[in-house]
Formats: sequence, structure tokens, C-alpha cells
Amino acid sequence: MSHFIETRNLTFEYGGENGERPIRALSDVSLTIDEGEYIAILGHNGSGKSTLAKLLNLILIPTAGEIEIDGKTVTPEGLSDDEVFDVRRKIGMVFQNPDNQLVATVVEEDVAFGPENLGVPREEIRERIDAALATVGMTEYARHAPHKLSGGQKQRVAIAGIIAMMPKCIVFDESTAMLDPRGRREVTDTMEKLNRENGMTILHITHYMEEAARADRVIVISDGRILMDGTPREVFSRVEPLLACGLEAPQGTELLYELSLCGLPLPTGRITVEECADALEKLLSGKQGKTRDV
Amino acid sequence: MISDITLGQYFPGNSPVHRLDPRFKIILTILFMVALFSARNIFVYAAMTLFTVLLILASRISLRVVLRGIRPLLFILLFTVILHVLMSTRTDGRLLIEWKWLTVYDMDFYRAGVMVLRIVLLVLGTSVLLSYTTTPISLTDAIEALLKPLSAIRVPVHEFAMMMTIALRFIPTMLEETEKIMNAQKARGADLSSGNPFKRIRAMIPVLIPLIVSAFQRALDLATAMECRCYRGSKGRTKLVKLTARPADAAALFLFAAVLAGVYLGNYYIPIGIRIG
Repeated sequence: MSHFIETRNLTFEYGGENGERPIRALSDVSLTIDEGEYIAILGHNGSGKSTLAKLLNLILIPTAGEIEIDGKTVTPEGLSDDEVFDVRRKIGMVFQNPDNQLVATVVEEDVAFGPENLGVPREEIRERIDAALATVGMTEYARHAPHKLSGGQKQRVAIAGIIAMMPKCIVFDESTAMLDPRGRREVTDTMEKLNRENGMTILHITHYMEEAARADRVIVISDGRILMDGTPREVFSRVEPLLACGLEAPQGTELLYELSLCGLPLPTGRITVEECADALEKLLSGKQGKTRDV
Repeated sequence: MISDITLGQYFPGNSPVHRLDPRFKIILTILFMVALFSARNIFVYAAMTLFTVLLILASRISLRVVLRGIRPLLFILLFTVILHVLMSTRTDGRLLIEWKWLTVYDMDFYRAGVMVLRIVLLVLGTSVLLSYTTTPISLTDAIEALLKPLSAIRVPVHEFAMMMTIALRFIPTMLEETEKIMNAQKARGADLSSGNPFKRIRAMIPVLIPLIVSAFQRALDLATAMECRCYRGSKGRTKLVKLTARPADAAALFLFAAVLAGVYLGNYYIPIGIRIG
């Protein structure tokens, strides 16, 4: 069965001009992504996670290895402009800085930008704008100027701009990094909604563990290699390798881990705040029970 | 709302002037300017003044607000008067002052007055027709539409319009950024508001350099984001906004053409009054 995205020994190096030694950002990455998945990609700064995102959208071309995107194979030779265009309409991308990706001076005209580029007829652009703004909950701001919006709202407009292009997959390249907690929640809620309700493939590149925990699958990248790949529960249970590559586990998980290092009988694989609290409560009540017995 | 874009201060409204097609407004503005500069005698000027006032009334923007737009011009107006009165080499009318090479005739004052009137009407007319009643974005659309024929001779009209849109989009962002950088530099002890003008300009350098650097970063980010949204120039592109002319636009065009014709007829048939220029 063929996958939606498949990378085979994907390698990317940058620099290397003027006789300098090239720097390897990704080496030998092989992974598969199916349609409809909700994946978080974790990694510390410089781990190569953003490079992976840029390769998926053909902003970068692999140095070695290849990526297959919806049946189209990208090799180090690159693709023709029309083929690039075809790939990009399937994979949308939302970036980090909400200010630097909005083009127009009115929200709805910005959302129209993508469909206009695709050559969508005028009446259909109108429908797509309305649907996209409704999906991200920004309908009432359609005629507003983007610079008057909050960070989270701007990022939702940027997402609407991508949704209106009707891609199969959206890559969020640290799209929550510059937002306040409220904005981050707005954006992650939108991602989840797109995945659950519209069946869109979501790739969320982040370094916030709590956000990654909401995905169905977590891929940890360190030094350009895939370190872990599994469900959030599997990945976050392995606190040691996470800490070793400069990441952290969700706070609760890390607390349980530290306590279990001290010899307390605590379970692993608890990732949400509630689960961790339950585990602690169980432990404490158990203890109390014991002391009463004695 | 869109009106919040600071450039050229747009006053939201729904007056007949606001509702005109922006493409027509640009043409009307050109006609207005030609008419204004073609006027050759005082009665025609009086008529043009009346026409400008009517235009302001039709835009339903308060006269006080519109007149405030002249304030930044006061220096230029004063300068115009001084030049016309002192430096004129014309020798008509009554000699008022003669001192060494300096001669001042009463006609010099008259010509200076006409010049001032011309500038004032120009500023009032164009701002009411364009900047006060047209959103920057529809202005850009109009310019793109009007210049479209030039794309036949490979003038990158679409790219030009896109650049204008982006510039408009980033003006508030850059203003915000300037303020942030200024505060950051002040926090480090930079003195931006005292000293002579030269000193103050020098003090702006630590503000401008980070601003320019970040502008380049933004440009790079934006270019990437645009590419990801499948932008490839005007190739195969459709447009959301469609400008549609209405009968009122044709009527306005007719009116302005009539005014221009009136100015020429006035110049020709009203021999009384003093000719200018």
C-alpha cells in the first residue's frame, strides 16, 4: 500500500560553498505518513525538524535520498515548476511569525490569496473564504485589517488562507512558538478540529510537549535523525532519552519519573495532567491506607 | 476595520464620492488637475473653487477635517508667496517698492494669491477624490486595472500592484516595530529627542539599522510564505475583487469632462479679469 508521504534515506546538507564543510541538517531519515494522521514532530533547536518541513513543501530540495509525496517522487534533481506547484497545493504550510505570512490589508483578501494563485473562479473563491473563515472561527473579522488582530487570531487567518487552498495536509512549522498561551490553545484547537472533522493530515512541528501530547503520533528528531516514533504515550514514557536530547517530558510525567527515581512505586506512561494527578493520588491514598493498617 | 490603515487617512463613509469606482476616481482626479492648471482667469478660478467646495460637500466629510489637510502645506504656501512677490521679474501693475534690485509690483501679490489658491484647491480636490474616500487596497486594484494595457509591452503591472499591496500591508507592522526598537534603544540610554536636528538624525541610526535588518528578514519570510501559497506572479491567477462601473461613474466622468470644457471656454470667452501665467 502506498503512503501519502514517504521519505527514503532523506538527507539534507546546507552550506558547503567556498570549500567549507557542509553542515548536515538531516541524515538518512526514512518515515511514512498516511493520510489523515495527526503527527507532532519534536526536536530542540537545530535538530533538523524545520528542515524536514521545508523539504516536504519543496522550499528545500534533498541533498540525497528522496521523498514521495502523494505519488510524486522528489529527488535531488528537483522538479519542474509545474510539478512544484502541484505538490504545494497539496501540502500547505503555516509558519512561525504570523505577521510575516499575511499578504493583504484585509483578512478576507488575504484568505483569497492562495485560491487566487490556484486560479479558482471568483464565485468559488468567495465560498472558500467563507468556509475557511468559519472553520477557524474568524468569520466576524472578514473585513478587518490583519495588523489589528491578536497573534492567535492572525495565525488563525493564516490557517484559513491555507484551508481555502484545500490541501490534503497542513504543516505547522512552529506556528505556536510566538504566541501567548491563549493564542497557542486557539491554534492547537484549530489543528485538532481540522484533523478530526475535516480528515486533514496535520504535521505539527513544535517544542511544546503539552501540544505534542495532543497528536496521535509523535516523532522525535535529534541531530538530524529520528530518535523516537510512536504514540505520545510511548514516546513520553521514555523520559531519559527525551532529556538526553535536550527535550523534556510533560511536567507531570517528569514529576512521576523523578519520584520513581527516588524509589516510589509510580507507573510510567502517564502523560496528561489528570492521569499524573490520579497516579499520585492513588499512591498517596495507598500509603495512607497502609499507615492506617499499621 | 480597513479604515485603520494609517496611510493617506481614509474616512469611511457611503457618500456618492465614496461609492465611485476607484478606476474612475483616478481618471477624475487627472481631469480635475488638468482643469485646475488650465484655468487662466479669475472667474474661472472662482468657478473651480466653487466646484471643489461642492465636491467636498458631496463626499460628506466635514469641511473642518478637509481644511486641516492644508496645515502641513503652510510653509510651502508661505514660501510660494515670498518667491512670487520678491523674485518675480515681471513688471506690470503698480510699482509698490523699489530697493536696489528688488522690485515689488501689486500684480506680484495677485499672482502669488492665485498660485496659493491653485495649490490649496489641488490638495483639497485630490484628497477628497482619492485618499479620503478610497481605501488603499481598492486604489491598488484600480491602478492595476488601469495599467493593465501596459502588460502587453511586458511592464510587470501585476507585480507592481502586488508590491504596493504588500507595502501597504506592512506599513503598520513596521511602524509598530519602529516604536518597539525606539523603546528598546531608549531603555539602553539612547537619547532620541534632544539636541539639534543633526544630532537627532544621528541618534536615529541605531533605530534604523535594526529596522532595516528586520525588514529584510520579514521580506524573506513573506516570500517563502507566498511561494508556499502557490504564488507565481500573474500566471493563471484569478481575482476575488472585481471592479464594476455603474451609471453614476459615467455621469461623474461626464461632469468632470464638462468642467474641463467649461474651463477652456471660460478662458477663451471671458476676456475681463486679469490673465495669469
